[in-house]
Amino acid sequence: MWGVIYVLPWLIGFVLFFFIPLLASLRYSMSTIQANAEGIAIQFNGVTNYIQALTVNTSFNRALIEAITDVLINVPLIVIFSLFLAVILNQKFRGRAVARSIFFLPVILASGVIMTLESTSLIEAVNQSSTGGSSLGTFELENLMVNAGVSDWIVTYLSSAVDRIYQIVSQSGVQILIFLAGIQTISPQLYEASKMEGATGYEAFWKITFPMVSPLIFVNAIYTIIDSFANNAMTELIRDTGFVKFDFGLSSAMAWVYFLAIAIILVIVNIIFSKRVFYQD
Amino acid sequence: MTTSRLLSLEHWKGWLWAMIRFVLITGLSFVILFPIFQKVSTSIKAKGDLYSAVVVWIPQNFSIDNFKEAIRVMDYWATLFNTFALSATTTLLTTASCALAGYGFARLKFRGSNWLFAGVILTILVPPTTILIPVYLNLKSFDLMGLMTLIVGKPVNLLNTYWPFILTAITANSLKAGLYIFIFRQFFRGIPKEVEEAAYVDGASIGRTFSRIMLPNAIPSMVTVMLFSFVWQWNDSFYTTTYLTSSKVMSTQLSSLPYNLAQQVTDGAASQADPFYLSMIQDTGILLAILPLIVIYLFVQRYFVESVERTGIVG
Repeated sequence: MWGVIYVLPWLIGFVLFFFIPLLASLRYSMSTIQANAEGIAIQFNGVTNYIQALTVNTSFNRALIEAITDVLINVPLIVIFSLFLAVILNQKFRGRAVARSIFFLPVILASGVIMTLESTSLIEAVNQSSTGGSSLGTFELENLMVNAGVSDWIVTYLSSAVDRIYQIVSQSGVQILIFLAGIQTISPQLYEASKMEGATGYEAFWKITFPMVSPLIFVNAIYTIIDSFANNAMTELIRDTGFVKFDFGLSSAMAWVYFLAIAIILVIVNIIFSKRVFYQD
Repeated sequence: MTTSRLLSLEHWKGWLWAMIRFVLITGLSFVILFPIFQKVSTSIKAKGDLYSAVVVWIPQNFSIDNFKEAIRVMDYWATLFNTFALSATTTLLTTASCALAGYGFARLKFRGSNWLFAGVILTILVPPTTILIPVYLNLKSFDLMGLMTLIVGKPVNLLNTYWPFILTAITANSLKAGLYIFIFRQFFRGIPKEVEEAAYVDGASIGRTFSRIMLPNAIPSMVTVMLFSFVWQWNDSFYTTTYLTSSKVMSTQLSSLPYNLAQQVTDGAASQADPFYLSMIQDTGILLAILPLIVIYLFVQRYFVESVERTGIVG
């Protein structure tokens, strides 16, 4: 009874600002919408909008595939990177507080506008090219790895990761926080016991830390997927179709295809993780 | 002899790791801080220093002209005030409504509450883009199921007002509110049941228990949610550029900054503008936009980091 009262504000908002719009958007996606003096006229037209989005529109498919590839490439990198950093930031060393506050700075700075403006900034571009830009020694690194017999696509993947280090660092703030919080809930006795048994730090990580934070790997993977889908070329295209070209129907259809793509990825990730995640209880 | 050698081996391993760690952390910190340093350095340069080959970081001629120009073009002080008012309002309302909902979902179970919580998860998963158009049309002629027509006579247009933000914040449906409800729910679930039961035994009502016992305990999670919500609202360009096209808040001003610059600095003749000079002012503008956040962060960062660690973000 009391629970309903506490949840009520959210419930009203959920119905008004989420559920009804969600249904409306599904309806728009299957309609032709014409704005006139009395408001808007909605006419059912089946899957025409979907067909148009997938076959006629020139940029939709490319934007969608790019968005998905981006996520598939970035998510593993971001999750592994943030776990690694959380482990490091959890160790005791001088200047730890400073290091932590610097690493969480991107949580505050990473924003759509700033990122977009930065990528168009001329000064940034000139400075990059004058300092050598993306050549953080990746070329030598690549050669080294290829010569060492590492397979080609791993090399390309890793070296592109090094080149996009700023992007990865700036998208990992929240994930590092989540991992760090998780690592700190692990009881120190476990580490003490393993040390007595003669385990090295490396073994302790794989036998204790990793299984204990594995639920959080799942959480972070989901968060990263949602986060990277929130603002990209795809959402830009959907907005432009809606608010610049005023084709609400097509825009809604695109948004639904987009949503379904995300949903499928989330389901796959869920299946992959549900078999491997270790829960303490 | 052997033990001392082993010990020293251990010692060397520890030392080596400390070195690697130091290099890694310094390097990555540099990667994070570099763009900020670069903007600071650019913003205090005089126009002439842009082409001077001698100047890399520290300008030859210090100048605050860039700041003056950026402040003028962005209408900075009014923008700052608007953004602050908007972010602070939504932050307070969102935190309050999400704390209520989180507590309701964590401790006051009722029939169907699990189904409703699935709804919260759904709001996190569905991209805002999907429901943007219906919400937009809804706000353009806001009617609240015919209620507005009854009172005012016709639906009201809420676009370009702060009402969309206030309404969604009160009803815990603002930007990323699902995540905040989730954080609060996790946190309240972590508080021992005995605390609550003791309060009930002493005769406290549910409302009193919540406001006097649970909320004071929830301060770490409240700090987290407030900081996230303030910062994300401040930086948000998704909703602000849709709902607030003519109002001056930081993110709309930032996204129209390149255009405004070309218009105002060169009196409309964009071809005459020196693109480097414009870019310089643009960088100053970005710096000015994030500066208040950095200042706030400097004050609360210690508390923030600690509070997140104690928050129930952990599943």
